[in-house]
Amino acid sequence: MLLEVSGLRAGYGNVPVLRGIDFAVKEREFVGILGHNGMGKSTLLNTLMGRIRATDGVVRFKGADVTRIGAHRRSTLGMGLVPQGREIFPNLSVMENLLIARATRRGDPNGVIEEALEDFPRLKRLLDRRGGALSGGEQQLLALARCLCADPKLILLDEPTEGIQPSIIEEIVDTLHAVKKRRELAIVLVEQNLDFIAALAERVLIIQRGVLTREIPPSALADADTVSEFVGFAH
Amino acid sequence: MDRTAIVLIEMLSSISTLVIIAIGLAIIFGMMRVINIAHGEFIMLGGYIGVIATQRWGVNFWISILVIAPLVVGLFGVLVERLVIRRLYGRMVDTLLATWGLSLAMIGGVTMIFGNTIEGVSAPFGGVRIGAFSVSGYRLFLILVAVALLLGVLAVLRYTKAGLIARGAMQNPRMAAALGIDPDRVYMATFGVGAALSGLAGGLLAPLTGVIPTMGAAFIAQAFITVIGGGAAIVTGTGLAATLFGSVAKLVEFVSTPVIGDAALLFVALFVLRLLPQGITGRFFRRAS
Ligand SMILES: Nc1ncnc2c1ncn2[C@@H]1O[C@H](COP(=O)(O)OP(=O)(O)OP(=O)(O)O)[C@@H](O)[C@H]1O
Ligand SMILES: [Mg+2]
Repeated sequence: MLLEVSGLRAGYGNVPVLRGIDFAVKEREFVGILGHNGMGKSTLLNTLMGRIRATDGVVRFKGADVTRIGAHRRSTLGMGLVPQGREIFPNLSVMENLLIARATRRGDPNGVIEEALEDFPRLKRLLDRRGGALSGGEQQLLALARCLCADPKLILLDEPTEGIQPSIIEEIVDTLHAVKKRRELAIVLVEQNLDFIAALAERVLIIQRGVLTREIPPSALADADTVSEFVGFAH
Repeated sequence: MDRTAIVLIEMLSSISTLVIIAIGLAIIFGMMRVINIAHGEFIMLGGYIGVIATQRWGVNFWISILVIAPLVVGLFGVLVERLVIRRLYGRMVDTLLATWGLSLAMIGGVTMIFGNTIEGVSAPFGGVRIGAFSVSGYRLFLILVAVALLLGVLAVLRYTKAGLIARGAMQNPRMAAALGIDPDRVYMATFGVGAALSGLAGGLLAPLTGVIPTMGAAFIAQAFITVIGGGAAIVTGTGLAATLFGSVAKLVEFVSTPVIGDAALLFVALFVLRLLPQGITGRFFRRAS
């Protein structure tokens, strides 16, 4: 197993959000997690990355217990995050946004960055632009490319379709397929967009109020009624 | 003609003094939002180290002020960050109180060790003649140092890996961490560098001002005014604010007295902050350097 999560709890102040999360991700696996607004999707990814402290439970990555180590060390071990809202450095150029992902890593950054730009050719014209001056879609592509530059084995992907036009969403689907295959990546995607998650995930978990309630096959996502029953859209 | 040249040099000299005393604070405040009330005492410590190393340990003057003073104060800064500042990130009032306490402790400590008398070291270079007038060669040297400091900090921020890490961590430490950067180490290094530059300031100014334990008070207000007036861009902001405040203060001083010159500096600063609450570079310069 690449990632093993058991009994994971976390929250904000003394408000609990994650109330015992258990799941595992194999190498090269693509796991989707589906849930409503406020169900704890971002909290889960941020806790896995070490940006929120776990109050209980264990996170193992490549067999090592990473529950208590900082985000920077998880990144070095091979975890990568594409956060909700993208978190592009607004006052760094596009090129610098990519370079900073290599800043603490050995070796010449140029080869890695060129490879990432091959995956996201739209960014090539924008290298000198300020990150904050990109459109939402361009920022999303940059956030993905930046994450790849850090050379992760596992990518935590938080609602990449939020506020993105359909044509770019399709582009992201194609790119993720290609990149995942070539780089042998595992990906955990949290989403509300059914089509997007169905197009990519090999396995879909449902999150409700901080717990993973069930697993469904991606094919079940085609039937909106079944999904709303599982996810609890009715509530 | 000569008189104009002298006025110009005096103006540049007062601008360069502001740059030298403010740049360390600009880095610490600009990058970390930490208000270091002991900034003046960091300068004082640098001054003492420079003078003591030259006078008592017999170290070469230049090595004392350009190497030993910043090195020792920089290490002292790292120590302070590890022991005090680090526990107080995000708590501005607590940081303020803690560094105020630190400043009192430093004044007390230095008084205990070296006594309450002025120590000094004479400025090198002597005078340089300009027509009928003479200006201090050391002041001319400090003008060059101020320019070098601004360009140096700018170059490090813009063109080095450390500068990129510092700018990224300043904009979004949580994201920087998720890309492998340890924000804790960035803060430690930033505070150390800021402290080292304050120590350098003390060493550079000691030949002009002499050193006494309470000398920090003379710098802290002007340094803060320059940094706050400069706004978000560390180098451009410090440079522009120092230029504006320094030249106005000097011009007013020429037609009146030094005290009224200092008052004018304060007045211009208030006026600038009234017009541009974010400082001179708050709105127009987006880049951190
Ligand atoms: N910084 C915060 N401080 C306090 N509570 C928070 C904070 N961030 C999120 N919450 C709360 O935690 C719960 C889970 O939030 P989270 O952001 O993980 O949801 P989400 O599933 O990602 O939602 P969305 O689809 O809207 O992004 C919500 O009730 C939210 O209000
Ligand atoms: Mg979310």
